[in-house]
Amino acid sequence: MLENFTGTDDYIASVELQEAVNVALALERPLLIKGEPGTGKTLLAHAVAAQLGRQLYTWHVKSTSRAQDGLYVYDAVQRLHDSRFGDRDVGDIRQYIRFGGLGRAFLADAAGVVLIDEVDKADLEFPNDLLHELDRMSFEVAETGDQHVAKHRPLVVITSNNEKELPDAFLRRCVFHFIAFPEPDLMASIVKVHHPAVRQTLVEEAIARFYWLRGLPDLRKAPSTSELIDWIGALAKGGVDLETITDRVPYLGALLKKEQDLESLQRHMHRYKGRR
Amino acid sequence: MGAARAEGGGEPLFLDFFFLLRQAGLPVSTTEWLTFVEALAKGLVAADLHRFYALARATLVKSEKHYDLFDQAFAHYFVGTAPGLELKKALEAWLATPIDPPQLSPEALEMMERYGLDELRRMFEERLREQTERHDGGNKWVGTGGTSPFGHGGQNPAGVRVGGSGGGRSAVQIAARRRFRDYRTDLVLDVRQLGLALRKLRRLGRDGAPAEVDIDATIDHTARNAGDLEIAFRPPRHNKLKVLLLMDVGGSMDPFAHLVSRLFTAAHKATHFREFHAYYFHNCVYERVYEDARLSKGMLTVDLLRWLQPETRVIWVGDAHMAPYELTAEWGAIDYTHQNPNTGLEWLQRLARHFTHQAWLNPIERRFWRHPTIAMIGDVLPMHELTLEGLEDAVDALR
Repeated sequence: MLENFTGTDDYIASVELQEAVNVALALERPLLIKGEPGTGKTLLAHAVAAQLGRQLYTWHVKSTSRAQDGLYVYDAVQRLHDSRFGDRDVGDIRQYIRFGGLGRAFLADAAGVVLIDEVDKADLEFPNDLLHELDRMSFEVAETGDQHVAKHRPLVVITSNNEKELPDAFLRRCVFHFIAFPEPDLMASIVKVHHPAVRQTLVEEAIARFYWLRGLPDLRKAPSTSELIDWIGALAKGGVDLETITDRVPYLGALLKKEQDLESLQRHMHRYKGRR
Repeated sequence: MGAARAEGGGEPLFLDFFFLLRQAGLPVSTTEWLTFVEALAKGLVAADLHRFYALARATLVKSEKHYDLFDQAFAHYFVGTAPGLELKKALEAWLATPIDPPQLSPEALEMMERYGLDELRRMFEERLREQTERHDGGNKWVGTGGTSPFGHGGQNPAGVRVGGSGGGRSAVQIAARRRFRDYRTDLVLDVRQLGLALRKLRRLGRDGAPAEVDIDATIDHTARNAGDLEIAFRPPRHNKLKVLLLMDVGGSMDPFAHLVSRLFTAAHKATHFREFHAYYFHNCVYERVYEDARLSKGMLTVDLLRWLQPETRVIWVGDAHMAPYELTAEWGAIDYTHQNPNTGLEWLQRLARHFTHQAWLNPIERRFWRHPTIAMIGDVLPMHELTLEGLEDAVDALR
């Protein structure tokens, strides 16, 4: 029986995204997710784990991360320290081995979901160093010679913000999905998930306003989905009426984070009023 | 979806689709193709065309840059429009004004789900042949509204969408919409892409405060210390590259001002350079470069040359499009009040001699580069198009 991901109550996935997840599950390949910030790349792994009832293991990649860190870290400094002060039995290397997110998922008794978040933050060679482990789903702890083979192959979800190009060899092994910015229809259902109680007319007007804002030609940082959701929350809490959204943009700080963008909005405001 | 589910050995499925994708310029590898076939063999797509499209894309395409090409090739293979070409102009114009779709009963919707892709494709081609005029509403002809599986704005859930934008329920064949046109590398440049390309510009080296434990040296020192622990530190790795950005502003560059400002934003964000300096000029560099785009606050070019070491990477941005005398004549600068005893070309050559690595990015398309001043500057400084691909080439040359 194949597992099937269809999105959850609070995570709405397009058919393409559902299919990408299901292909990755069925073929046991890593799933690479790219997309604009705020399109729910990281949340996807949480949603998949929640729907399939699997344990989620996360590994947030940093610019200094090495591929091995996700499997295990050998704390040599602690061991040296212990050898000096004789606190513990330094002959037992295993107590200085700490497993990372990927390593723990391999060792787990049930198939989990591993989130390797923002893989592009690390060094350019980082993804290539993971190829073998992702292919074979096994790794060796060099310090102890222990060989660990995954009992159940986890679903590996890898997110990238597109800051670095990923190596071809790595890409070939992944199932890929690019989360496009949601179209207004989908956006309306996403907003509904987060603010079920907010009036439909307010949501519609706010979404129309939001897409208009995103379409401004000289915006430095276009507002994202999460910012829209915060903004609608603020509008609803503040009891703002419809006309106000049409006339001006209240709680603008929730949407635009750059001073130049606020200035360019001022230049364009009259046009929006004209359009309505 | 007979073809997709056909099983058994013999011919790999859709092999001609694979070659079509390669022909269209998509870098689909054999590994990826086998993954795709494996997914089909597992019966993952059942009878849903939209899911078939999604599965093919997820396994075969590994960059949103290629989504548009894939959509076109997919439309070509399964619908029959040529890749690289838009849908027939007449057809597109015809469909440009959709009318409101009628509501269908659930029974009717269910009935229409039945159509397979091959069947759809065959019927689509047949109808296009039969049909000779615009058609709205009804349930057979290609047009807008209506319940025929072809066209757009309609209600057929398994339909093939032809141009236009999505209306009621999502049609299976969304490829023709080319939603991913904007992600093509040869068309669009945004701050992120520019920044991304610039980030490749790096040369790592260690300097600064020792903040990282050097394990090898620690072991070495500790061993020399007869086992008494002595931890050694070393400086972390940094980008050692220094970058100078010189930008043309005003006049013929005005249409590109927005593009250049985006490049500037991207470059400015790229704070990982050891040093980053940006100066402006108008049309050509003479004895001064300017700190602001209004060209009010300046610095002597000779001081710049004295101050910046030859290994500083120089990125020029300009259209190199001007009157020839601005380059070749003494006193030839475009501003009347600007008096230059040396020609612009001499200044460019002087800069070109001083710096070891430089690249000129030109927002004008390459096919217009026969213009005399563009050609002249191109002889002095290596010129690249200001597109993502051009920028990547430039970055390679600068590294």
